[in-house]
Amino acid sequence: MSPDGLPFTATPPDTGCAAPPPAVERGQRAVFCGLTGIVWLHRKIQDAFFLVVGSRTCAHLIQSAAGVMIFAEPRFATAIIEERDLAGLADANEELDRVVDRLLARRPDIKLLFLVGSCPSEVIKLDLSRAAQRLSEQFSPDVRVLNYSGSGIETTFTEGEDACLSALVPELPETEAANLMVVGALADVVEDQFTRLFEQLGIGPVAFLPARRADALPPVGPETKFLLAQPFLNETARLLEARGAQRLAAPFPLGAEGTDAWLKAAADAWGVAPSHFDAVTAAPRARAVQSTAARREKLADKSLFFFPDSQLELPIARFLTRELGMRPIEIGAPYLHRRHLAEETAMLREALGEDLPILEGPDVDAQLDRCRAAKPDLTVCGLGLANPLEAEGLSTKWAIELVFTPIQGYEQAGDLAELFARPLDRRTRLRV
Amino acid sequence: MKLTVWTYEGPPHIGALRVATAMNGLHYVLHAPQGDTYADLLFTMIERRGARPPITYTTFQARDLGSDTAELFKSACARAYERFQPEAMIVGASCTAELIQDDPGGLATALDLPIPVIPLELPAYQRKEAWGAAETFYRLTRSLADPEARPAPLEGRRLRCNLLGPTALGFRNRDDTDEISLLLNRLGVDVLTTAPLNASPSDLTHLGEADFNVVLYPETGDLAARWLERTFKTPTIRTAPIGVGATRDFINEVVHTAGALGVTLNPAPLLADGLSRLPWWSRSIDSTYLTGKRVFVFGDATHAIAAARVATEEMGFELVGLGCYNREFARETRAAAEQYGLEALITDDYLDVEEAIAASNPELVLGTQMERHIAKRLRVPCAVISAPFHVQDHPARRAPQMGFEGANSLFDAWVHPLTMGLEEHLLEMFREDFEFNDQSPASHLGHAAAPKLAPQPVVETLAAPKPVAVEPGAPAWAADAERELKKIPFFVRSKARRNTESFAAERGVALITVETLYDAKAHYAR
Ligand code: SF4
Repeated sequence: MSPDGLPFTATPPDTGCAAPPPAVERGQRAVFCGLTGIVWLHRKIQDAFFLVVGSRTCAHLIQSAAGVMIFAEPRFATAIIEERDLAGLADANEELDRVVDRLLARRPDIKLLFLVGSCPSEVIKLDLSRAAQRLSEQFSPDVRVLNYSGSGIETTFTEGEDACLSALVPELPETEAANLMVVGALADVVEDQFTRLFEQLGIGPVAFLPARRADALPPVGPETKFLLAQPFLNETARLLEARGAQRLAAPFPLGAEGTDAWLKAAADAWGVAPSHFDAVTAAPRARAVQSTAARREKLADKSLFFFPDSQLELPIARFLTRELGMRPIEIGAPYLHRRHLAEETAMLREALGEDLPILEGPDVDAQLDRCRAAKPDLTVCGLGLANPLEAEGLSTKWAIELVFTPIQGYEQAGDLAELFARPLDRRTRLRV
Repeated sequence: MKLTVWTYEGPPHIGALRVATAMNGLHYVLHAPQGDTYADLLFTMIERRGARPPITYTTFQARDLGSDTAELFKSACARAYERFQPEAMIVGASCTAELIQDDPGGLATALDLPIPVIPLELPAYQRKEAWGAAETFYRLTRSLADPEARPAPLEGRRLRCNLLGPTALGFRNRDDTDEISLLLNRLGVDVLTTAPLNASPSDLTHLGEADFNVVLYPETGDLAARWLERTFKTPTIRTAPIGVGATRDFINEVVHTAGALGVTLNPAPLLADGLSRLPWWSRSIDSTYLTGKRVFVFGDATHAIAAARVATEEMGFELVGLGCYNREFARETRAAAEQYGLEALITDDYLDVEEAIAASNPELVLGTQMERHIAKRLRVPCAVISAPFHVQDHPARRAPQMGFEGANSLFDAWVHPLTMGLEEHLLEMFREDFEFNDQSPASHLGHAAAPKLAPQPVVETLAAPKPVAVEPGAPAWAADAERELKKIPFFVRSKARRNTESFAAERGVALITVETLYDAKAHYAR
């Protein structure tokens, strides 16, 4: 057993981290690619535009991934590669310039343009970083052009956000001053709540990455400390550390406990007196505990099965286990950043013992067999699996809602519990 | 490269998956990266299907490239056969796999599986979803249909036909198929095979036994139908029975085809009045308010052309636009538009469609899920008549588009979003009532009300934000004229503004007064 409680595999791949990896399964995966992150990122950064350079499949994925199409006109589009672009690369670059010209001419409000790479653009080796540089020079200073890859051969679902934020890190202004950076896209309402709490705690200045506007990027420097708001930001964290910032190790701000520990990590770094911390957090924490407890009756002792999806599986499992008394049978995650999840793993181990049922990158067919055999009370899975499993008689929670819904912080702890309680609630109501 | 905001059609392998998902006992092995698995949710979410689509993705990753992607494909194929035990398999590549050229067809054949394995070549950078469905169905038909099959002797049996074209994710395909099977039955014709929907590979072996074929959806069914026509000399019926008139034409065509085969069918009971309520509903006095309403129609060619006929001949609307997104059927759509004195809009660019709709000032839009977005933003009522559609357009109730019951559905679906007869007059007469406004819809649509106080959604569009530049020398509006203009129904207001301005400009009127406004109105009145 490894120090962080995760089971070994026979030959741990060298990931450059000290702790050994969890159990790994290989096979057909049923997880989105990193392009999917655009669905929420394009709303978060209000003057940014995401131009995917890809195929008709990529365009179709983004418009389908949310399950519904968003009614407002989006700040994303796809430059669809066509047969004649495949003939020669020089041609493809000219084509890209033409598309960007047209786009920027029509959208003068855009200040930041992301060229987002896809599987086809990578396989044909279209160099989007050079294209971004070239276009940046051309449109400077009105528009900055950055690039990242959301391709399915390189990135899995939420890794797309990691790639996007990584592209922003070199753009952050330099500072010598001490500050706190919260890293990872959060709903605006959650950001505002955290801003108020940090203010009351006397922690600051606080800035968020990504910022709501491209010209409001948070500064970074050797005195910067940062908190990760999401568990899938491996590369972003590495690049911030390379710029001198220090990560405040903490579990993720889900549930009363997670939010407590997350805020406490910042409070300790800022030397906030424990009594003051308690005074500021007591009321919202009490609300979180109370609203969570209201759902405990429905969820306690219920078994829980995770198909891999957003990489939020571990923190969610920790919340559901410790604050709602659920029993995870299998926690499938698409991939794990063990260093960032050390606190989560320790907390899970405290509740469940040494042998954690965590599995990285499971094979969907094998997992379906295990799930059917285990008949869990609640299965957390992707949109492709949810209705089929419901039709087989299992209660499910679609995982994608966890990245589209405000769930972080004290005030959302009850809502988060409710997401899991509702499918079970429905089962007790329906008589058809 | 083509700049695309929303797409009407997915890539061609989505079409293949629509065929595979529609059928029983067929499995699809697709060489594709993990993100392409999103395709599953199209079926499980939009159609609420209770089973996973029958597809195995190889989900290769960057580290597999150049080393063992071919091996990965072979093992995925072998495992899919073991696990799902299909009657037949289709194999192919998605856009990314097409670039790495692993030859799924050759690899799968090398496995020597004891079932038919049909390779698909679906060029992802040239073709699209509907073509992919048509090509897949064609390949399946060619590979599986027994070439020796022929219709049994006609003595002592009813005529038999195949219904070709319905797929998964087709607009109301499930209900249309039921409706038309019923109609054919009452006419004295049995349906031998409906395909791809609910057919198994072994059902396809019998396709040659039908006396004639009915192509319900040419977009997905006609490639196969043409091959059947050539191979078995089977007569083919191509009238899409959407609307009362087209359904009657369809019935007559079946009777005619049967006659040519030496069988007399009696259409009289089916052609009798009263089998559809649409004709009377359209003639009832409440429907006078439908007369001359301006309608813009866009969708796949088959549904759009049929909708144009129903809208004009069966509901008395005025057609102000007609188009389709599938270029494969541009010719048919152009010919149809010409009949109405219109130029067809043939495009798969959502922004072009948006512009055309805005320019034609319709009072009703009949379109796809995309046009619903456009109409919502332009605050014009809209009904969906064609794929692509949203989960809310896949209803629990039976709501066919075809046959006489289909015509009833069309009437209900298109009239529902409109303001009803006398209520329209009240809204019109007392436009300045503080509870009425351009955002207040008809009372039966109360849920759709956009409260006036709510912040207006920011209209962000690639096409729209054209600055309202006041041209030098353009006539100005007097304040009272501007107020009067606001009393004109909002859906014709921009047109009234344009007309008045050009009227004034032509006459060198510098300031538009209330008088000018009404002069212009009289001038442009037909
Ligand atoms: S997996 Fe690759 S090809 Fe498929 S949608 Fe994602 S980026 Fe595009």
